[in-house]
Amino acid sequence: MKRKNRRICSGDIIFLRKYFVAFYIFSIFDKRYNKSSKYFPMKNILILGAGTAGTLIANKLRKRLSKKEWSITIVDENKEHYYQPGFLFIPFGIYNQNDVIKPKLKFIPKGVDFIYSKIDKILPQENKVLLEEGKKELKYDFLIIATGTRIAPEETPGLLGELWHKDIFDFYTVEGAVALAERLKSFNGGKLVVNITELPFKCPVAPLEFIFLADTYFKKRGIRDKVELTLVTPLPGAFTKPIATKMLSGLMEEKNIKIVPDFNIAEVDNQGKRILDYEDKAVEFDILVTIPTNKGADMIERSSMGDDLNFVPTDKHTLQAIGHENIFVLGDAANLPTSKAGSVAHFAADFLEENLMSAIKGEPLKAKFDGHANCYIVTSYSKGTLIDFNYETEPLPGRYPYWIGPFGLLKDTRLNYFGKLFFKWMYWNLLLRGHHLPVTSHMSMCCKEKPE
Amino acid sequence: MAQKEFAGQMVDVNEEGYFTNPQQWNKEIAAAVAKEEGLELSDKHYAIIEFLRNRFNSGEALSIRSINKSGIVDVKEFYALFPGAPLKKSTKIAGIPKPSSCI
Repeated sequence: MKRKNRRICSGDIIFLRKYFVAFYIFSIFDKRYNKSSKYFPMKNILILGAGTAGTLIANKLRKRLSKKEWSITIVDENKEHYYQPGFLFIPFGIYNQNDVIKPKLKFIPKGVDFIYSKIDKILPQENKVLLEEGKKELKYDFLIIATGTRIAPEETPGLLGELWHKDIFDFYTVEGAVALAERLKSFNGGKLVVNITELPFKCPVAPLEFIFLADTYFKKRGIRDKVELTLVTPLPGAFTKPIATKMLSGLMEEKNIKIVPDFNIAEVDNQGKRILDYEDKAVEFDILVTIPTNKGADMIERSSMGDDLNFVPTDKHTLQAIGHENIFVLGDAANLPTSKAGSVAHFAADFLEENLMSAIKGEPLKAKFDGHANCYIVTSYSKGTLIDFNYETEPLPGRYPYWIGPFGLLKDTRLNYFGKLFFKWMYWNLLLRGHHLPVTSHMSMCCKEKPE
Repeated sequence: MAQKEFAGQMVDVNEEGYFTNPQQWNKEIAAAVAKEEGLELSDKHYAIIEFLRNRFNSGEALSIRSINKSGIVDVKEFYALFPGAPLKKSTKIAGIPKPSSCI
């Protein structure tokens, strides 16, 4: 009995000793933690806009930065996330609204605060952002502007006149794309005009894709010979860069799509159903599909941080807002001389992440974005082509990605079309969540050919 | 690098005839380039050219829309002064690069 008691007593001592050691170690860490909280309070990263750019950078940064040191907040006034590449398919009944809309919150990672609110303005001198006409303010150590671009049909006289969403449509909004789908169903022939108002605009290949899909749509309905398809553009041709223009112009000719180049729209004549340019050149239409002027968020104008079109002047390599060391710009909101496209936001995010880490440490910004863009171009209901380019290199023929790439650059193939359809899955499941995709962020010259 | 003579001076130009060195530009040269484009330059032309050069030098983008900010002419008058392709013609005469269309 005695022996037993002695053993229990000894076990207790060992247990208590272990307990005190563990408690002592914990208390040291706890003290240190409290000390760090006291002397180094939480720092804030504020992201404005929860579209493609804002969502994916929020995901990347939450993985990268300690939750104990950095709070991340993202602000957006809309609760719905749009898969914008899908808008193109709605007018032709290939997709409907449900295919392109999901709740934004589903893609915001744990540990990121989401605030649904309108943004009043940025006060860069005070490192803060005012929400909803000054009702609430958010302070930041680093700010990422990802407020994107919007269509501004109000910039062209007559565009929002009596024919708006009756015979004049955009397909850059869900409402416009759905209304156009209804109108196309009852369209049995006449002049369908696609007009680009001015540059820059989001997804620069979308007007071409739209007109290629319209060609197939009317063929399938057996009325292609009754429909005149015309692209009216301020550009000198179908595209800006010579090699891609040659390939795409060839496709347009093959599909009997007319082009009116060098046309800068001045106004819409609703009565006469015509668009007029500044020299009074006129193009008649029965249905007008417009790509209106694109502008950055009005909040940028209220903050006096934008150019003529409310895009933020941004260093094209470091992605830092010019004149603001603790502000970065990602996606369409920046005035970068490359495409306004999700692929650009995706590639640029890697460079922004690196430069933000350097800025946090007070080091020089070493990562240099090259303007890499990559766009599928559907050319019918079963084929498509692909372009890959950056600030310096125009789209060239070849293969993508790498030498094994199944996709043909500037080649019209079935696989490219399925690549575009498959991309929707990649977008929702990988890209938005900040996962790595099997492609390089900088443009690679691998497997590109410069034609003679 | 190609060179072309305007008003008795050699200037560097690209394959489309745009100046590659805006420093080589002066008003006499502008008049000679304009003559090739079939234009006689007025004070209004020169005022626009100056606006375009200033905007280019400060790194701002040039667009048809930006003409409205010049306070000299609106877009319609801009077309009347440089008929056809006003931005292309006016930048060529102003001795600055052709505005790039980013796409």
